[in-house]
Amino acid sequence: MTTSRDPSQHTPLYAEHQLLGASFTDFAGWSMPVRYSSDIAEHTAVRTAAGLFDLSHMGELELTGPQAGLALDHSLVGHPSKIGVGRARYSMLCDPNGGILDDLVVYRLAEERFLVVANASNVDVVLEALQQRMTGYDTRLRDASRDWALIAVQGPAAAAIVSELTDADIAELKYYAIAEATLAGSDVLLARTGYTGEDGFEVYSRPEDAEHLWTELLRVGEPHGLVPAGLACRDTLRLEAGMPLYGHELSRDVTPFEAGLGRVVAFGKETAFVGDQALAVRRDEGPRRLLVGLVSSGRRSPRSGYSVLDPKTGAAIGSVTSGAPSPTLGHPIAMAYVNVGFEQPGTRLQVDIRGTHDDVEVVTPPFYRRAQ
Amino acid sequence: MSVPAHLKYTAEHEWLDFDGDIATVGITAFAADALGDVVYVDLPATGTVVTAGESCGEIESTKSVSDLFAPVDGEVVEINDAVAAEPGVLNTDPFQSGWLFRLKVTGPGELLDATAYESLIGGE
Repeated sequence: MTTSRDPSQHTPLYAEHQLLGASFTDFAGWSMPVRYSSDIAEHTAVRTAAGLFDLSHMGELELTGPQAGLALDHSLVGHPSKIGVGRARYSMLCDPNGGILDDLVVYRLAEERFLVVANASNVDVVLEALQQRMTGYDTRLRDASRDWALIAVQGPAAAAIVSELTDADIAELKYYAIAEATLAGSDVLLARTGYTGEDGFEVYSRPEDAEHLWTELLRVGEPHGLVPAGLACRDTLRLEAGMPLYGHELSRDVTPFEAGLGRVVAFGKETAFVGDQALAVRRDEGPRRLLVGLVSSGRRSPRSGYSVLDPKTGAAIGSVTSGAPSPTLGHPIAMAYVNVGFEQPGTRLQVDIRGTHDDVEVVTPPFYRRAQ
Repeated sequence: MSVPAHLKYTAEHEWLDFDGDIATVGITAFAADALGDVVYVDLPATGTVVTAGESCGEIESTKSVSDLFAPVDGEVVEINDAVAAEPGVLNTDPFQSGWLFRLKVTGPGELLDATAYESLIGGE
């Protein structure tokens, strides 16, 4: 499809990243910080203290109006009309065959106002699908991506850091909740969400406030051990936490059931929804392949695209979707789709790592779970 | 980005330090920076005969894995066991203690001087 998006967009924090000496990478048409110092140091800081991420490349779509919730019920596999005001849900946009077009977080900001947060690479797909699917509903859809900068503070020290800059009652803001707040003097939406497996916050602000928020969070965060953190460690953090990434674990070729996320499909809702019939069939038939975790005691890591083998026959029975040497655990971890019959935890498999067959064991993600 | 003037380079971002017919080989600071934190280095065994331009090992970071290419024809006469034990040295000191292996050179490869290598990475 055609896209109107500039191939090398900068977030409002680009100059800050340059000042901090970031290395940049192109991500979905955005020039984003991949790391500031060291991937492992940034990863470890998020696990032990806190990290500061610029996520302003994410897409924000706003639905308003009396039937905004119903339009989303019809458009997504979840049940957004049942989300309480000030709460969020993880959901998915599927095509009529049940294939995943994007995974999303849906926030209900008010009775008749929703914020749908999409992956940067899928904003156009999500926008177009929602536009088509909301026809006939009394709702308005707007691409608000340019209206919102997004900064994430993630890690065990995140709550202490954020509370230094706001009067909002952080303890009252539950996981997957969102509230209007004043942070470092700026009006923001403060959400207790994230993609790292740690406690943390995502701060939606006006683009012109982003620089001030970023530098203030760095300033008050530094004594807590907070460091700026790039996309490289974001990827290893989400992988350790067993969280899927669109384009790797999720794609048009898989349904939520194969991804182990059948729980996000709400068959009980009043509205028919796009993909419901195909998804009901897939649910009843059961998946032919399943997403699993793989761990290895070796040093070389399975990587995306590598074949998973049955050690008894040598046959390819799956494919790796993401893999990396886990900074926290000290051994390689991976996620992979394997044929049904090979998904039981403890199953011994092999991965073809550039010509050599390394032993791996099936586990149930997450690989890492934070201490409560 | 540091590019020491006395070294030779390859387009695959390796450096060579010649001492007679012995060449010490490593990866450049530019390569180490692009890889991110190196966590695993697979080096050719001492005695291995290598051919210029062919893969003779691997360098793995948290983010990706890259082939290590033989920069010239030769035989591996020494490897740096210290980088296998502590691969992070490739990030902190790529041109000195992060050297990878030494070759007894038997044939040429396509090498660049520091100026040519600098313009190569400046253009990337």
